[in-house]
Amino acid sequence: MTACGTTDDKEAGGDGACDLKLAFFGPETGDAAGLGKPIIQGAQLAVNQYNDDAECDVELEKKDSQGSPDAAPALATDVVSDDSIIGVVGPAFSGESAAAGPIFAEEGVPTITPSATNPTLADNGWDTFHRALGNDATQGPAAAKYIKDTIKAESVFVIDDASEYGAGLAGIVEKDLGDLVTGTDTIQQKQTDFSATVTKVNDAKPAAVFFGGYYAEATLLIGQLRDGGFDGTFIVADGVKDPAFLDAKAAAEGAIITCPCIPDTDPAVADFATAYEAEFGEAPGTYAAEAYDAANIFLAGIKDGVEDREAMLEFVNGYDEKGVTKQLKFDDKGEPADVHVYAYTVKDGAIVADGEIE
Amino acid sequence: MNLNFEFFFNNLPELTITGLAFGAIYALIALGYTMVYGVLQLINFAHSEVFMYGTFAMLWTIMALGAADANGVHLVAILIAALFAAMAMSAVIALGLERIAYRPLIKRNAPRLIALISAIGASFVLAELMGLRDKISGWFGLDDDLSDYVQKAKINNSMAGVLEKPRFEIAGVSISSIDVIVIVSAVAMMVLLDQFVRRSRLGKGIRATAQDPETASLMGVNPTRTIQMTFLIGGLMAGVAAFLYMLKLDATNYQVGFLLGVKAFTAAVLGGIGNLRGALLGGLVLGVAENWGQAILGSEWRDVIAFVLLVLILLVRPTGLLGESLGKARA
Amino acid sequence: MKKLSALPKPAKILIWFLIALFAYALPLLELPILSTPDSDFASVLFTVSIYCLVALGLNIVVGYAGLLDLGYVGFYAIGAYTVAILTSFHGSWPLLLAIPVAVVVAMISGVILGAPTLRVRGDYLAIVTLGFGEIIRLVAVNTEWLGGNKGINNIGRPPNLGDEKTGLFEVPHLFWGDGTVLLDNKDTTKFLIFGYSDAVPYYWMGLTAVVLVLLADILIKNSRVGRAWEATREDEDAAELMGVPTFKFKLLAFSTGAFVGGLAGALFASRQSFINPQSFLLLFSILYLAAVVVGGQGNRWGVLLGAFLVAYLPERFRGFEDFRVLAFGLALVLLATLRPEGLLPPRRTVRAKQLEHELDELEEGAEPDHDGEETARA
Repeated sequence: MTACGTTDDKEAGGDGACDLKLAFFGPETGDAAGLGKPIIQGAQLAVNQYNDDAECDVELEKKDSQGSPDAAPALATDVVSDDSIIGVVGPAFSGESAAAGPIFAEEGVPTITPSATNPTLADNGWDTFHRALGNDATQGPAAAKYIKDTIKAESVFVIDDASEYGAGLAGIVEKDLGDLVTGTDTIQQKQTDFSATVTKVNDAKPAAVFFGGYYAEATLLIGQLRDGGFDGTFIVADGVKDPAFLDAKAAAEGAIITCPCIPDTDPAVADFATAYEAEFGEAPGTYAAEAYDAANIFLAGIKDGVEDREAMLEFVNGYDEKGVTKQLKFDDKGEPADVHVYAYTVKDGAIVADGEIE
Repeated sequence: MNLNFEFFFNNLPELTITGLAFGAIYALIALGYTMVYGVLQLINFAHSEVFMYGTFAMLWTIMALGAADANGVHLVAILIAALFAAMAMSAVIALGLERIAYRPLIKRNAPRLIALISAIGASFVLAELMGLRDKISGWFGLDDDLSDYVQKAKINNSMAGVLEKPRFEIAGVSISSIDVIVIVSAVAMMVLLDQFVRRSRLGKGIRATAQDPETASLMGVNPTRTIQMTFLIGGLMAGVAAFLYMLKLDATNYQVGFLLGVKAFTAAVLGGIGNLRGALLGGLVLGVAENWGQAILGSEWRDVIAFVLLVLILLVRPTGLLGESLGKARA
Repeated sequence: MKKLSALPKPAKILIWFLIALFAYALPLLELPILSTPDSDFASVLFTVSIYCLVALGLNIVVGYAGLLDLGYVGFYAIGAYTVAILTSFHGSWPLLLAIPVAVVVAMISGVILGAPTLRVRGDYLAIVTLGFGEIIRLVAVNTEWLGGNKGINNIGRPPNLGDEKTGLFEVPHLFWGDGTVLLDNKDTTKFLIFGYSDAVPYYWMGLTAVVLVLLADILIKNSRVGRAWEATREDEDAAELMGVPTFKFKLLAFSTGAFVGGLAGALFASRQSFINPQSFLLLFSILYLAAVVVGGQGNRWGVLLGAFLVAYLPERFRGFEDFRVLAFGLALVLLATLRPEGLLPPRRTVRAKQLEHELDELEEGAEPDHDGEETARA
C-alpha cells in the first residue's frame, strides 16, 4: 500500500530518490534530553546541509524514546512500518538499542548509533547494527595506557556512575591499571552531593582520579573534589567532552578527556564546529559530531541513488570515507574498523587537543 | 559487597560533618512537607519544585548582579540579595500552588488522594516549565534578551567559581567553611521557626488548625489564611534551603527537585510527620546515616540506605522518631 | 450502565461479547482517529493492556482496601526480573513455566513487605512502599547478578502456534483510504507468531490476561473478601469490632495486588525481550497511581479507563513532542479540580455520599426539603 503511495509521489515530484526519510531514535524529552539534544542537532545539521543543495529534501523524523527502553519497541515498530525511512541515527543509548535492535534487524532497517557504547550490542548478530564510535573496550585500554605512560600516575582512584557506559568503561580501566588502583567508588546518576566520595578520595590520596560517566555528574564531582582539597589529575572519557563540563570553571582546568574523535585542528572538524555553532548558537556537545557522521553516511547513500533499505544496508556496509570523528568504515560486526583515541586537556576554559594516544 | 570499617572509623568526623550539612538541607525542605501535612494531611508532592525554583532564583540573581567579578562586601551584598530572591521565588511558587492546585480541592472537600494527584500534576507542570524555558521564551521572542538565563534549559546550570570555599583544620580534621555555614544557618532558621510557631499569634493559629480545623475556625482563626501561611512558611524555608544548596554545590537543573524532595519527605516521616523538630532531627539523621552508610558499603547504596533506615525506624517507632503532630506538639 | 443492567441476560452477554470482540480486533482495524500516528498502534495497545493490568491490581490495594501504595512498580519489577532471570540470564525455562513462578515470587514479596508494614498508619505506608519500590530498582542497578544497568536481554517469548513463516493463518489489517476501507493483504498478522516487529499477538496475550483478572476481580469483590475490604477501608476499628480480621484482609489485598503487578511485569518483560532498571523508576509508580485515581479508585471500569488514558494519551499526542509531559501534568491538575471523584466514581461512593449528606442534615436538624431524600431515607 505504502509502496504505491511513494510511487505516486515520486511521479509528482519528478525526481530520483525523493520522499526519503531518516529517523533519529533517542531522547528528545525526559531525563536524558540533555544528552539527546546535541545528537539531534548534529544529525539535523547534516540533513540541513544536504537539503541546501539537493533537489529533493530528506526529512529527519525524530522518534523520542525519552532514553527509555520501554518506549523503544513501539517506536522501532513504527519506524519499520514506514517504508520511506531508510536509515536510523541511533538508538542513542545501549538500553534502548538492546530493546529496539531485534526489530530493526528483523525488518532490515540499517542503524548507526552515535553514542551507544556497550560492547555486547555488536554480538547479537544483528546485521543492521552499526556504531559510529569506539565501544568501551576500545576506549578503556587507551585511557588506562594514557594514565600509566603519559601521566605516569602512581596511584589512581576509579569512580563510575553505575550507568552501563560509565561502569563498563571504569571496569576496563580498573582492570588495565591493576595495582595502581588505590580505591574505587560508585555514585549514582542524578545525585548531586558527593561528599562521601570526596572523603574516600582524600583518604586514599591518589595522584589521579578516573571517572567513568557523563558530564552532568563529572562537572559536580570535580568541583567538589577540588573544594575538598584534591589536587591530582582528573581523567574522564568522551561522555564528558561537552562544553557544559567547562561550567566547572577553575575546577575543570587540567582535566584530561580521552575521546575516540579527531581534534578540531583538522579543517573538516573545524568546519563542522563552525557550522554547528552558526546553526544552533552553541558549541557542539557530546556525540554531536558522531551523529553528524552517522547521518552523513546515510545521506551519501541517498545522493548515490539508494532508494530502499536493502541497498542502504549494502551501502553502509561498504562505506569507507573520512568523517569528522574518524575514518568511517565498519567491520562485519558493525563496529568502526579504525578507531583512534585522542587525549584532550581543559586549558584556559577550552577543551584543547593533546595528540593521539598510541 | 565488602564492608570498609577501617576507612569509616578513620574518617568519622569528616563524614559526620558533611552528612550533617546535607542533612540540614533535607531538614529545611522537609519543613514544607511536614507543615502542610500537619495542617492539611496532604503530601505536598510539588514542594520539591518549590525548592528547585528557589535554586534558579538564586543562580539568576548571582548572574544578573555580576557576582563572578565581585568580592568582599560587594559579594556579600549580592549573596544576601540572592538569598532574598530565592526565598521570594519559592514563596511565590508555594502560594501559587496552594491557590491553583489545592484550594479548589480543599473547598470541595475532595478525597485526599485526588489532592495528591493534583500535586503530582502541578509538580510535572512546574518542572517542565523550567525545562522548556528556552522554547517558551522563544515564543515571545525573548530568547535573545534572556539568552543567559534560558540557555541550557535541560542540563546543569552552574555558578562555579563565584565563591571560594576555604577549608580549615581542627584537630587534624579538614572542614569546609561552607558546610559550617550551612549547618549553622539551617539550625538557626529551624529554631526561629520553632519559636515563631510556638509563640506568635499566627503560629498558634496554625497549630490550632492542625489540631482541629473546625473548632479553630469557630475560635476566630481564618482557615484559608492559615493554610496560606503554612504554604508561605514552607516556601520561605525551601528558599533558604535552595540558597544553602547552591552555596554548597554550585549547580542546579530543572530536575534537581525530585530526588531531594523524596529524601526530604523521607526525613519528615523519619522524624515524625507534622512535627517541626522531627523534621530537623529526621533531616540530620538521614544526612549522617547516608554518609556513614556510603563509607561502609559504597556510595552506590546511598538511597537504599536511606529507605532501609526509614523502614526500620517505622517498624520500631511507627510514628517516626519524635512522633507528634503539629497540633499536639508542646513545642 | 443502568440500561445495560436492565437488559435480559442473553442480550447482556451478547453486548459484552461484542465489546470484547471489538477490543481484540482494535489493532487490526487501524481506526483513523484512534490509531497513534507517531508510534506503532499495536505496541501502544499492548502498553495500554499492561497499564490496565497494573491498574486493576493497584485498584485492589488502593481502591478496595484503601492502602496508599507508592511503590507498586516494585512488584512489577519483581515479576519482570524473575521471568528475565529464569528464561535468559540464569536459566532457560520456557516462558509459560516462568510466569507462574514470577507471580508467586511477586506475591510472596508482597507478603514479606506487607506483614511488617501494614501495621503502620496510612500515610506512612505510602512512604514505606515508595522506599520499597526504589530499593528494588537500586538493588537491580547495583547487583551484577541481576545485570546491573546493562540489563538482561533475550528474554523468553511465548511459544508460537503453527508454522514460523505464516502461523496457523494470516489476519489482514484494514487500510483506510480516502473514503474507502480496504483489506490490506500486505500488512497481516500471523496467528499466532510471537515475533519482534508485530505486537498484535502480544496485545492479544495482554488483553486476555486483563479479561481473566477482570473476571477474578468481579468474583472477589462480590464475595465476603470484597465486603471485608470495603468495611476495612471505611472504618477499620468498626470492622475489627464486627469480627473482621482487618490485618489479614489488608495483607490479602496487598499480596493479591502484588500478584497482578507481578503478572503485568512478567508479560511486559516477555514482549520487551530486554529489561533494565530504567523501566522501573519511581515515576511509574506515580503514573500507575494516577491511572487509578483519575479513573475513579474503587471502580474497576473507572481504573481501566484511567489506565487507558494514562498510557494512551502521551502516545497519541506524540506530536506535541517536548510539551507532552507538561500537558499531562496540566491534565492531572484539571481532572483533579473538575472531577475530584475520578472520571467514573464507584457506585459505592454515590451511596456513601447520600448517607453522609443525610447524616449531616440530621445533625443540623434541618428538615429535608426534597422528596427524593425523603424516599431515600424510607
